[in-house]
Amino acid sequence: MAFLEAQSVCKSYGALSVLQDVDLAIDRGELVAIVGASGSGKTTLLSLLAGLALPDRGRVLLDGHHVREPGPDRAVVFQNYSLLPWLTVWDNVSLAVDNVFRDWPKARKREQTERHLELVHLLPARDKRPGELSGGMRQRVSLARALAMDPQVLLLDEPLGALDALTRATMQTEIERIWQQDRKTVVLITNDVDESILLADRILPLTGGPGASLGPAVAVDLARPRDRRAVNHDPRFKRIRREVFDRLRAGQEWTRRKSA
Amino acid sequence: MMDVALESTASEAVVAAPPAAPSALRERARSVTRAVARTVLPPLLGLAVFLAAWSLVAASIETSIGAVPGPRAVWDAAGALVEEHARERTKAVEFEARQAERKEAFLREQPGEPWIERQYAGKPTYLDQIVTSLKTVFAGFVLASLVAVPLGILCGSIPLVQSALGPFIQIFRPVSPLAWLPIVMILVSALYTPEEAWFEKSFVSSAITVALCSLWPALINTSLGVASVDRDHLNVARVLRLGWWTKVTKIIVPSALPLIFTGLRLSLGVGWMVLIAAEMLSQNPGLGKFVWDMFQNGSSQTLSMILVAVFTIGFIGCLLDRAMVALERLVTYGGAGAR
Ligand SMILES: Nc1ncnc2c1ncn2[C@@H]1O[C@H](COP(=O)(O)OP(=O)(O)OP(=O)(O)O)[C@@H](O)[C@H]1O
Ligand SMILES: [Mg+2]
Repeated sequence: MAFLEAQSVCKSYGALSVLQDVDLAIDRGELVAIVGASGSGKTTLLSLLAGLALPDRGRVLLDGHHVREPGPDRAVVFQNYSLLPWLTVWDNVSLAVDNVFRDWPKARKREQTERHLELVHLLPARDKRPGELSGGMRQRVSLARALAMDPQVLLLDEPLGALDALTRATMQTEIERIWQQDRKTVVLITNDVDESILLADRILPLTGGPGASLGPAVAVDLARPRDRRAVNHDPRFKRIRREVFDRLRAGQEWTRRKSA
Repeated sequence: MMDVALESTASEAVVAAPPAAPSALRERARSVTRAVARTVLPPLLGLAVFLAAWSLVAASIETSIGAVPGPRAVWDAAGALVEEHARERTKAVEFEARQAERKEAFLREQPGEPWIERQYAGKPTYLDQIVTSLKTVFAGFVLASLVAVPLGILCGSIPLVQSALGPFIQIFRPVSPLAWLPIVMILVSALYTPEEAWFEKSFVSSAITVALCSLWPALINTSLGVASVDRDHLNVARVLRLGWWTKVTKIIVPSALPLIFTGLRLSLGVGWMVLIAAEMLSQNPGLGKFVWDMFQNGSSQTLSMILVAVFTIGFIGCLLDRAMVALERLVTYGGAGAR
């Protein structure tokens, strides 16, 4: 049985139906990418998986249990980082650590915070506030906060969306390294198809809102580590990319016909 | 004063770099002069126009208790008040000295007998009255903040409380201090009967009235600030399953702090304004009572004394506001840019 599951989930905001009958099944330890155009409902889907919002119909299951509320077992890296601007980098991460591992001794909590800041190379910036950091640094703090919670599932909402191409590449490598290190189940939301091909085991195209649903998955059967420079000429890369685009487009046409 | 400062920096610069100096120096001096002209001249000009207009108007109005005082007369009145304060202080010191002498003599003649200490019974001077006013407004303001901020947090974070309190806020907010005061005075007379009165009843009534009137801006702004906490930050709290207290102290209060302070600043301003009226009626020995007493005795000094009070009130109100701004800078995280 799949570890994280959505069963014919629907969600609408007022009259606007955003998600329609979304089915999703992710295995433990899998890294799945959800791609879709801006406004197609990716963030909405993620907040349903996180339990931050409840579906109008259908249900979300984590390890067989009904997800009804958010919790630290499903850490979220929010699209806009959502760091607390009045706390330092250190305090942002340790707020999470202190609250998730309440019964740990102090020294262990400190060590946990330190280790995860180290992981994203931000220990030197520990006393800075988010306002003093670059977008990429904020992103890394947000990632460190999520990882430090030692969640079962990591939900990443366009975590690299705001970064320049170079930082983006570094962070992609970083995410893959971290994922391989402790094999968390990861749901990565992105609007960058190449990024999804580089990182994911499977790509789920979220096709054309309003009333978006997930098209059939595209498996990425490429060995890791994947070479980003190969993206432009490797025939297998090209094939997968074409497939993802085709499905996104097919879905769009399908919704257009449906709503016409 | 500006000239002196200018000259001294200029001479230092000359010592530091003799050869290249003159033209660069002149340039710098000119830019400083320009800055001074921009920041200092306009207010001075305004002041001059104001004083001239005041003198003109004052000279042309005759009232039942004499001419309206011009700036000069008011200035002299202020000086007289300060002098009076100094006189009273020396008298008090002399009184204490005499009493100490008498006590010593008394104890020498009748050792072991109980000596009854007397308080100096001089009337409060203008400066004493300012101090009383400050204490009263401070007490009222603290009282108001202690009620308004927690209540505002409840209001802003629990919609039920908001809708329950909303109508009361709407109705009580516009009520004038003149309406509250009699009620408060009657209630204080009935309820405030301690063995050992730490505070005068008039003080308590004034402070409570100040609190009642200055409560609202802090309450409304706090609840607004709390209600508009970023949803994403609240989502962080939900994912972490923060306890209620942690959520309030780590997320809600810090993010509402700028608005809380705006509210507190407005509250203090309202409180200071209300205080004068409250003191007039409750006879709390502060600035309000001073104004009232001057009005009552209707001498030729009345108008200039009251004008001194007007300027004092304005000046202190301005200082209080500045102090709140400084305090806000101190406690809120690095300003709006840090968001
Ligand atoms: N709280 C809300 N209330 C009303 N409508 C909403 C709300 N949140 C999202 N929507 C609408 O739902 C649709 C999907 O939004 P969502 O944020 O899930 O898109 P997205 O795929 O994450 O887009 P992006 O890539 O730009 O982040 C949009 O049309 C948006 O306007
Ligand atoms: Mg989104």
